[in-house]
Amino acid sequence: MATRLAPKELVTRGDRLSGGHRLCAGCGASIVVRNVLKGAKDHPLVVGCATGCLEVSTTIYPYTAWKDAYIHTAFENAAATISGAEAAFQSLKKQGKVSKDCKFVAFGGDGGTYDIGIQSLSGALERGHDFVYVCYDNGAYMNTGFQRSGATPLGAWTTTTPNGKVDLGKRQNRKNLTAICAAHNIPYVAQASVHNFRDLIAKAETAFETEGPAVLVVLSPCPRGWRSDPSQSVEMARQMVQSCYWPLYEIIDGRYVINYDPKAKKIPVLDWMKAQGRFGHLFKAGGEDILQRLQENVDREWQRLQALAQLGAVETPAGA
Amino acid sequence: MTPPTAQTQRPIEAVTGNQAVAYAMKQINPDVVAAYPITPQTDVVQNFAEYVADGVVKANFVTVESEHSAMSACIGSASSGARTMTATSSAGFALMWEMVYIAASMRAPIVMTTVNRALSGPINIHCDHSDTMGGRDAGWVQIYNEDAQEAYDATIMGFPIAEHPDVRLPLMNMYDGFIISGAIGPLQSLTDEEVQQFVGQAPGYPSLLDFDNHVTFGPFDGLHGWYFEHKVNQQRAMDNALAVIQDVYDRFAALSGRRYQHLMQYRMEDADIAIVVIGSAAGNARSVADKLRAEGVKAGVIKVRTFRPFPAAQYAKALAGVKAVGIMDRADSFGAAGGPLYMDVTSALYQQGVYTKAANFIYGLGGRDIFPHNIEEAFRVLQKAAEGGDLPKSRVYLNMKGA
Repeated sequence: MATRLAPKELVTRGDRLSGGHRLCAGCGASIVVRNVLKGAKDHPLVVGCATGCLEVSTTIYPYTAWKDAYIHTAFENAAATISGAEAAFQSLKKQGKVSKDCKFVAFGGDGGTYDIGIQSLSGALERGHDFVYVCYDNGAYMNTGFQRSGATPLGAWTTTTPNGKVDLGKRQNRKNLTAICAAHNIPYVAQASVHNFRDLIAKAETAFETEGPAVLVVLSPCPRGWRSDPSQSVEMARQMVQSCYWPLYEIIDGRYVINYDPKAKKIPVLDWMKAQGRFGHLFKAGGEDILQRLQENVDREWQRLQALAQLGAVETPAGA
Repeated sequence: MTPPTAQTQRPIEAVTGNQAVAYAMKQINPDVVAAYPITPQTDVVQNFAEYVADGVVKANFVTVESEHSAMSACIGSASSGARTMTATSSAGFALMWEMVYIAASMRAPIVMTTVNRALSGPINIHCDHSDTMGGRDAGWVQIYNEDAQEAYDATIMGFPIAEHPDVRLPLMNMYDGFIISGAIGPLQSLTDEEVQQFVGQAPGYPSLLDFDNHVTFGPFDGLHGWYFEHKVNQQRAMDNALAVIQDVYDRFAALSGRRYQHLMQYRMEDADIAIVVIGSAAGNARSVADKLRAEGVKAGVIKVRTFRPFPAAQYAKALAGVKAVGIMDRADSFGAAGGPLYMDVTSALYQQGVYTKAANFIYGLGGRDIFPHNIEEAFRVLQKAAEGGDLPKSRVYLNMKGA
């Protein structure tokens, strides 16, 4: 379970992603990266990145915002690419050709992770490479201009789920990537959010210290795609967690641990949906059903998660 | 240095093409192999897995879940300074397509065996060259082999070419699926020590694991930066490769006694008519040329070996005195002037100001047999043209049903 780190210690850890990158104001991706990399402490790192906002905004040739070794090859294969680097490291280490130990981390958006990259991720998790995979989940293909993804919530407007005369945003529920990753029986999977730095860093630290594959799925607001105020990104993420739409939890060797329970402070999803233009159409006549389904989905999933946490070990033990 | 006569003293083993290549991989002993099985490449992967299971190789064998991930992992591995190999065929090659281009642009010196098999559809497991012909513009060095011995030799020559500082490009070896991959033929192998000495140590180049010198691999170059210049550099590396490859061929000849050229000429000195052919069909072509020579017809054969970079000037020189040339393609380029080899050879002739009459013969698609009499039929077409007739302007199909 992630330990709570002292803020005093955290500020002493330098940033491994430099400023001057071209990510938008209010974007969650750089918050995710900076905090996750703090979790690597002083270890040398090899960073992989899927094609996406983070990649195009941080490595505009001949510049780079990455202070560590970095590789991007394509969109759907960040996990496969980093698995090759990790395999090379293991081979060269065994032969005594590299002296330093290092950590491997790959970042992908929800497009590169939930959808086009899920095969590559699944393969790398199943093979058991020693790496951390981080999905910064903003709930749509933002880099290409806000198209739906497997992470897009029910009812959300995107440019491929527009509000027409017949449809009101996305018709389908979102996938549960965290559960999909956990189903690989890997040692560590966690959900985190950009609003809680300490929780995110602690989880990253646990992920880096885990031997074998570890996955972090991090809620990452996108003001452009969410049609929201960039200054409110972190506050929105906080509310989304408080509503239990995005619970903070860990799955450690199959054991579920909820890290934050709002209890009586649990707020309805409506509280944060109103601040996001992507749901605006649902507040007009005809959107009531979808709003109700969204709330029901959140409540049901939260209950399920609580039940899983009470069970202790519910997943098949790793290696079974 | 072993004297060139040594090959006569080496034992001859009977192996399949795939066994020969897996054995070469064992002797090279790379750091990482990431591969996905596909017919007819499968035994390369299986045989190598046995070497891994027996602990006789040092490679970290990454059993990826697809060819796309195979090439992605290979790029990650090669970018970490590890000697990296893979193998594929047909649909597997097609699935890794995106990454094949990226491997070349990232100058990852990966060595890949591609056992030639027809691309779907309709799905077909047998040999033709449609898979790797489609990859001819990807920026890889491509070497076609006629038999198991050539495939073995080319595998061993792979890293010295790919890793050469003037080249730094990935390299692909090809041989015909089933005909070579699965059929048993003779192999004279080198000793492990000879292979290790020949392959040598990889020259240093930027690595992800050089923690004192962090490198960003694969940056975004889409904002009017240097994409154009990166592409020009890839072509310059190809230009350099032509001399480097021949140099490696020559070094290999000194070791093994087996001498290779970019194009292997057979009875071409005074040839009036010639066939240009790739892979296993070259043997039949040579035997037909012998038959015609016995009749007094001056027939010759050019076997394609180095296909990328394409030694255009050498083709023009070899074909300058020929009255008619037949270019045999085991793949088509639909809607183009002819098959891919035809287009390359005729372009080479035109570029060098050689206007030899040329015809395009398409054969062997999806493993269709190519008999000596089919090749003779092609030579007869050329013979008529050499005597003053015209050559067909469109594709001539050999051994097509109903033709």
